[in-house]
Amino acid sequence: MAFIELSGIEKSYSNHHVLKGIDLDVEKHQVVTLIGASGSGKSTLLRCINALETIDSGTVSVDGDVVSGPGVDLDRLRRKVGMVFQSFNLFPHMTVEDNIAVGPVRLLGEDPDAALRRARELLERVNLAHRARYYPDQLSGGQQQRVAIVRAIAMRPEALLLDEITSALDPELVAEVLNIVRDLARDGMTMILATHEMQFAREVSDVVVFLEQGKLLEKGPPEQIFGEPKEERTRAFLKQIIEAGRL
Amino acid sequence: MTTLSPAPRSRGLAVFATLLAIALLVAVAVVGEAVRAGITSPQLSAFGAWVMAAGLALGGVTLWTAVNGLRCSFQSGREAAANEILASRASAAQSRQHSFITFGLAFAVLIGFALVQLVLINDGNIQRTFLRGDLMAGSALDIARAFIVNIRLALISGVIVLVFGLVLAIARMIPGKAGAPVRFLAVAYIDLMRAVPAIIVLYLIGFGLPLTNLPVLSGLNAEWFAILALSLTYSAYVAEVYRSGIASIHPSQWAASRSLGFSYLQTLRFFILPQAMRLVIPPMLSTFIALQKDTSLVNVIGTLDAFNQAKFYASSTFNLSSVTVVAILFVIITIPQTRFVDWMLERGANRRKGA
Repeated sequence: MAFIELSGIEKSYSNHHVLKGIDLDVEKHQVVTLIGASGSGKSTLLRCINALETIDSGTVSVDGDVVSGPGVDLDRLRRKVGMVFQSFNLFPHMTVEDNIAVGPVRLLGEDPDAALRRARELLERVNLAHRARYYPDQLSGGQQQRVAIVRAIAMRPEALLLDEITSALDPELVAEVLNIVRDLARDGMTMILATHEMQFAREVSDVVVFLEQGKLLEKGPPEQIFGEPKEERTRAFLKQIIEAGRL
Repeated sequence: MTTLSPAPRSRGLAVFATLLAIALLVAVAVVGEAVRAGITSPQLSAFGAWVMAAGLALGGVTLWTAVNGLRCSFQSGREAAANEILASRASAAQSRQHSFITFGLAFAVLIGFALVQLVLINDGNIQRTFLRGDLMAGSALDIARAFIVNIRLALISGVIVLVFGLVLAIARMIPGKAGAPVRFLAVAYIDLMRAVPAIIVLYLIGFGLPLTNLPVLSGLNAEWFAILALSLTYSAYVAEVYRSGIASIHPSQWAASRSLGFSYLQTLRFFILPQAMRLVIPPMLSTFIALQKDTSLVNVIGTLDAFNQAKFYASSTFNLSSVTVVAILFVIITIPQTRFVDWMLERGANRRKGA
């Protein structure tokens, strides 16, 4: 049984059909990358897994438990599956260390001092210990995104959803964020990431999934998807990426 | 070969500014003299002379600025003739600057002078009715003492309003089908209380509650009725202030909090409200100032506040100078509040932006 199982996920906004029956299994310790054009449904799919969007039909199960449909304790699900956003979404009225410690203290009942100490240790690992007392607005985009990742990690999630986490960053800040994701992958964190960084996807992924207009068109190991894609649409998409100098 | 485009035009503006400044001086002299001619009291006449002198002095400054503009304009012309285009442009720009300053000054002097003349006109009738120094001094102590009631009403109502307004705002935003009746009640309350004039709510509470014979509530004194009425009215306004603040926090903050596992109410409490509070402080202060001022309405149910005290003095002296004392007291307590809030907001912003 896979750790995250999606079957027949459908999602529409008024008359816009975003997801048209997605099936996907993610094993524990796997890194799965979603690629595809803007509007293909990558972000929506991630938000559906974390129940930030409700799905119209299909089921989401995490760790063998069905977590879609009514009557589910979503707050517990979300503690198990962390999420990092394109626009960081740090809490601007809290210092960096408080951003990280607030979840463990308020939701996991950790001792505030211990939680702050752990926050600083985690910041150390992403080379941001010296920014612990700063406010988010005082940090660069890359630094903010590293803090956002740490904030998700601090909740000790069993899986992470990363939604185009480098898309809002200046090019020179992308590497510092991707390095952390690389470390997490090496440590065996289960991750689903939507990204436009094809080189990176190729390097860290166990499975690459190509989405096209709300459908899962092709799925396979990175060598196959990037090397010899079966589908015509996948080839066309990758050709555009190569022409843009991104692969 | 470069060709420089000519300097902007400045002559017409400078001439107009000069004429305006001269007209201002004439108007101050003529109006001031005419008003002063109708004044019988020698002290007031002397005051009128001082005001006229000040008006003429400020008019002189205005004229001097205008003449400077004219001078720069002529200089610009000379420089243009000597083909020093860049210098000519600079002079023209300076001339226009002087002309615009002249307009601003003339407008301010005219308004200020006119307002003072309004007090002196018709043999100083306004001054004698609203600004009698002796009567103001005589009533000031009693009115200041009664003003403590206004401050107490404002403070107690203010605290109640801050709490009850928040409850209303949250009730209005409760999600889901189960929350519908609560939402409906909150909306109805807010609409109704903002529609009904505060003075009518005061009547309803002050004269209505005693008729109910309810234990405790019907036996309260007039001051508590006033607090109750003001709190009920202003909570509706404050609820809307809170709601606008909560609504202006970006949805991504909700997503971030919910994705960590915080519930709806926890998200409000830890992340949305603390940020919304900062945004609503300025409109909240406006509402609180309005509340303070409306404490002067409570005399209709017999509370002895500053305005009631002033009315007592007014009717015994047939003069409204005591009412002016009340106005002055309200100004004195209001202005420091606005400055304090400005300072507080600036400090908060600096801290988060890393100054």
